[in-house]
Amino acid sequence: MADFDVIVVGAGYAGTVAAYELAKAGKSVLVVERGNYAGAKNMTGGRIYSHSLKKVFPNFEQDSPVERRITHERISLMDPEANFTIDFTSKALKQEGQDSYSVLSAVYDQWLAEQAEEAGAEIIYGIPVEDLIMEGDSVKGVIAGEDSLTADITILADGVNSLLTAKAVGAKKPKPSEIAVGVKELIELPSGVIEDRFLCNPGEGAAWLFAGDATHGHIGGGFMYTNKDSISLGLVATISDLTGATRPIYQMMEDFKKHPAVAPLVRGGKVVEYSGHMVSEGGYAMVPKLVANGCMVTGDAAMLCMNLGYCVRGMDFAVASGQMAAQAAVEALDAGSVDEASLHRYVDLLENSFVLRELKQYRRFPHFMESTTRIFKEYPAMVKEIMNSMFVVDGKPADPLKKKIMNPVKEVGVTTVLKDAMGGMKAL
Amino acid sequence: MIDPIDVNVDEKLSLNRYEVDEENAHIRLKNEAECPNFQEEFDKLIIACPAALYRRDEEGRPSFDYAGCLECGTCRIICSDTILDYWRYPGPTMGVEYRWG
Repeated sequence: MADFDVIVVGAGYAGTVAAYELAKAGKSVLVVERGNYAGAKNMTGGRIYSHSLKKVFPNFEQDSPVERRITHERISLMDPEANFTIDFTSKALKQEGQDSYSVLSAVYDQWLAEQAEEAGAEIIYGIPVEDLIMEGDSVKGVIAGEDSLTADITILADGVNSLLTAKAVGAKKPKPSEIAVGVKELIELPSGVIEDRFLCNPGEGAAWLFAGDATHGHIGGGFMYTNKDSISLGLVATISDLTGATRPIYQMMEDFKKHPAVAPLVRGGKVVEYSGHMVSEGGYAMVPKLVANGCMVTGDAAMLCMNLGYCVRGMDFAVASGQMAAQAAVEALDAGSVDEASLHRYVDLLENSFVLRELKQYRRFPHFMESTTRIFKEYPAMVKEIMNSMFVVDGKPADPLKKKIMNPVKEVGVTTVLKDAMGGMKAL
Repeated sequence: MIDPIDVNVDEKLSLNRYEVDEENAHIRLKNEAECPNFQEEFDKLIIACPAALYRRDEEGRPSFDYAGCLECGTCRIICSDTILDYWRYPGPTMGVEYRWG
């Protein structure tokens, strides 16, 4: 007889949700978390889309420590000397169940872990899982510190840098072209100042993505999220392209913070934390095998993350995968069979939900982004030239508007621009 | 060539809470002599490590200190097959501890 019905590795979004659902269903569940509390080793950009969370915690808006409801979507094309921004706000962004919230992971994971513990899950902190207990190709539990802990089912929720999925499901180490590194500064500012600077109502906030000079023309981008009384400011850069840069990522971060379009937004703020984390960017192609005998892989450990340039998601995938893994685990335990075929129910649930459907839908996008590096240099410059020609008044006789717009486009090449636009649409 | 640096990363890292395991390095580099592409690979780590754990001194000699590690795993992705001897997570209760994350 195993020590537990289920052992979950990692108390992040996927792991705590899985544990909560399992405990609620009356299963004995142990979560092993290497941080000294949930979220101690976790980091997000970040914003969570509410739809999947709401299925688990219908009143999370009131009950949980979300920061701000995101009501402004901003996207910028950033040139070293200029910045072009789209600002979108809409009633639809505020609608219950399809809204999104800025969050801080070390804060939010602790709340999620509390819910799991209150439902009856056990969590041990401060101990990394070093290895899996294997019997042939079946996972039978974990080795953590001095202890061997056994379970009928082991759920891996140990994040993007999982050292366990290779053994459990034969996952390959991600390629540098499939992974980005993210850095973030948390900058404290009074909530009223944030609302004034970002043009938001109290309790509401902005999500802001920057392509171009944020990464000095390298694949990736800058991000900014407003929290209650802080701003999350950071960069994400695809590793394979970044390593060809001449400037370290921490210097890029500093340059980004000093860009004339960013500096006034964080002026007078106090940096209180500096964090780093990886982001899986390869989309569907890098999702590993998701089940083995006695084992399921969830969240970032399963590379369930999607970056469409204008929309970055991971936590809603993590929450949904945690819930679905728990559902599959309950059914398998009740049926008395935890082999791969029984646990494949988890994959079916993912396949029939947004999780794998959307990852499949957008599976061509990572390649498009990687191969269309003009997004990060030529296009921000092109937009700058067009806007300069429209807005700069120097007293000289002006060209017709058509010429003003077409000249910068011609510099990149009209067919190139059209081809990229079509390529982007096709990949989406 | 790597551009001049005008940011003090140590200052930023000092904002974080750490419990550094002085006895056990959780990341170890191989000997330079063992790796034909050591310098080239090391430069990749200088560029990509957000904690600036990989640096060169004024004479250009590589230096590495795991103490400020953010445990992101970027160096593992780039160099675990080349100049890294091993990459592990820090031992129980050790390493970085985010208060906000």
